[in-house]
Amino acid sequence: MTDASSGAPTYLDSASSEPLHPAARAVLLAALDQGYADPRRLHGPARSARLLLDNAREVTAQALGVRADEVSFVGSGTDAVHRGLLGLLAGRARSGSRLLHSAVEHSSVLHAAAWRTGEAASLPVDRHGRLTADTVRAALTPDVAALAVQSANHEVGTVQPVAEIAAAAGDVPVFMDACASAGRLPLPDGWAVAAASAHKWGGPAGVGVLLVRKGARWRNPFPADDRVDERAAGFENVPSALAAAAALQAVVAEQEERSVREAALIAKVRKTVAASVPDVEIVGDPDERLPHLVTFSCLYVDGEALVHGLDRRGFGVASGSACTASTLAPSHVLEAMGVLTHGNVRVSLTRDTAEAQVDAFLAALPDVVRAIRAEAGL
Amino acid sequence: MTDPEPAFELDCRGKRCPLPIIELARHIEGVAVGELLAVVSDDVAARADVPAWCRMRGQEYGGEDAAGDGVPRYLVRRLV
Repeated sequence: MTDASSGAPTYLDSASSEPLHPAARAVLLAALDQGYADPRRLHGPARSARLLLDNAREVTAQALGVRADEVSFVGSGTDAVHRGLLGLLAGRARSGSRLLHSAVEHSSVLHAAAWRTGEAASLPVDRHGRLTADTVRAALTPDVAALAVQSANHEVGTVQPVAEIAAAAGDVPVFMDACASAGRLPLPDGWAVAAASAHKWGGPAGVGVLLVRKGARWRNPFPADDRVDERAAGFENVPSALAAAAALQAVVAEQEERSVREAALIAKVRKTVAASVPDVEIVGDPDERLPHLVTFSCLYVDGEALVHGLDRRGFGVASGSACTASTLAPSHVLEAMGVLTHGNVRVSLTRDTAEAQVDAFLAALPDVVRAIRAEAGL
Repeated sequence: MTDPEPAFELDCRGKRCPLPIIELARHIEGVAVGELLAVVSDDVAARADVPAWCRMRGQEYGGEDAAGDGVPRYLVRRLV
């Protein structure tokens, strides 16, 4: 933990990556020494590695409320999205090829949709970024192979009504990108295939979790490999998978207490920013949202200047404004919601974020915004 | 809409966000209530931010067309 008064930087970007959970660190260090061998071999060290891998799978399944044979460890959250979505579409090739997805999906879903040859349709969302079951019903055509919807939005925190959407989709299976919410909220019902990412919940980077429900038709969209798990490819990263599972188990155990605390801090940010910063728009659903993040846009403010200004004051935040993106295009999420894209800031809490740090951020923000506006002559 | 030409056309070519919106705010009072102001902008963020500004400011977004050189032009009707 950093102390707001000590001058150490305050990291408010857990939605990009959560710091390693202490439970994961301990397990990772131990597993680095024990989990090096090839879990497919038959000798002692291999059996140890295989045991650790199976253990990681069991723990992950239990934490997420799924069966162990529904869990695959892959290279990243993005890898899990690509394998999950494209494999679901491949399994449905005889039924159709059309993909429906919400307009606010993570770029990994949009890139997978663009990469394949089949048609894809982007479904509009409301001002809070929510996809409704009615919109899905209206878009269903006989050639729809799959529907992709996130559990919650990674930029604005709005939780999607996945179970309702899946009910509306009927026989069309749902791919759910759960990277933003896994470990922070229980998984909803209704999905056939899902993806999650360990570094978003405090596990190490380089571990994605692919979930394929028993009975879901999923076919490997990429070249096969002769590994432990037919849904994955490449030599298993046993130590990291085990550390990811340990972190997940720990955060799920802490989930209830933590989400109440975080939701209260975020509610405070929403209320205080709306009152202390003129011409600000706080975006995302005020209630049905991820507990740990909030996004707002400041009128007439350059997003890049805002991120740098806050960084100089010791606060690390993300932004969906065009000037902060490598593509120089504004966030497609904010665009689809019809909200302001410039002057955008996303604040997301880690498990260690103290109320004093949030208060220090809230105290610094109005001055930073005022200074940028003054420089623009406003 | 069968509108006449806007009362004022604001040239924001080459200006990056949020400058087109700052210029829009500076010039909206230069047209009379009920009249149209056009923002010509090649900044991609303007497509989202002009309508969002209208909503936040109680003005009416009048849609998008193109200036003579093909650069997108966003229409704003002053209501207040």
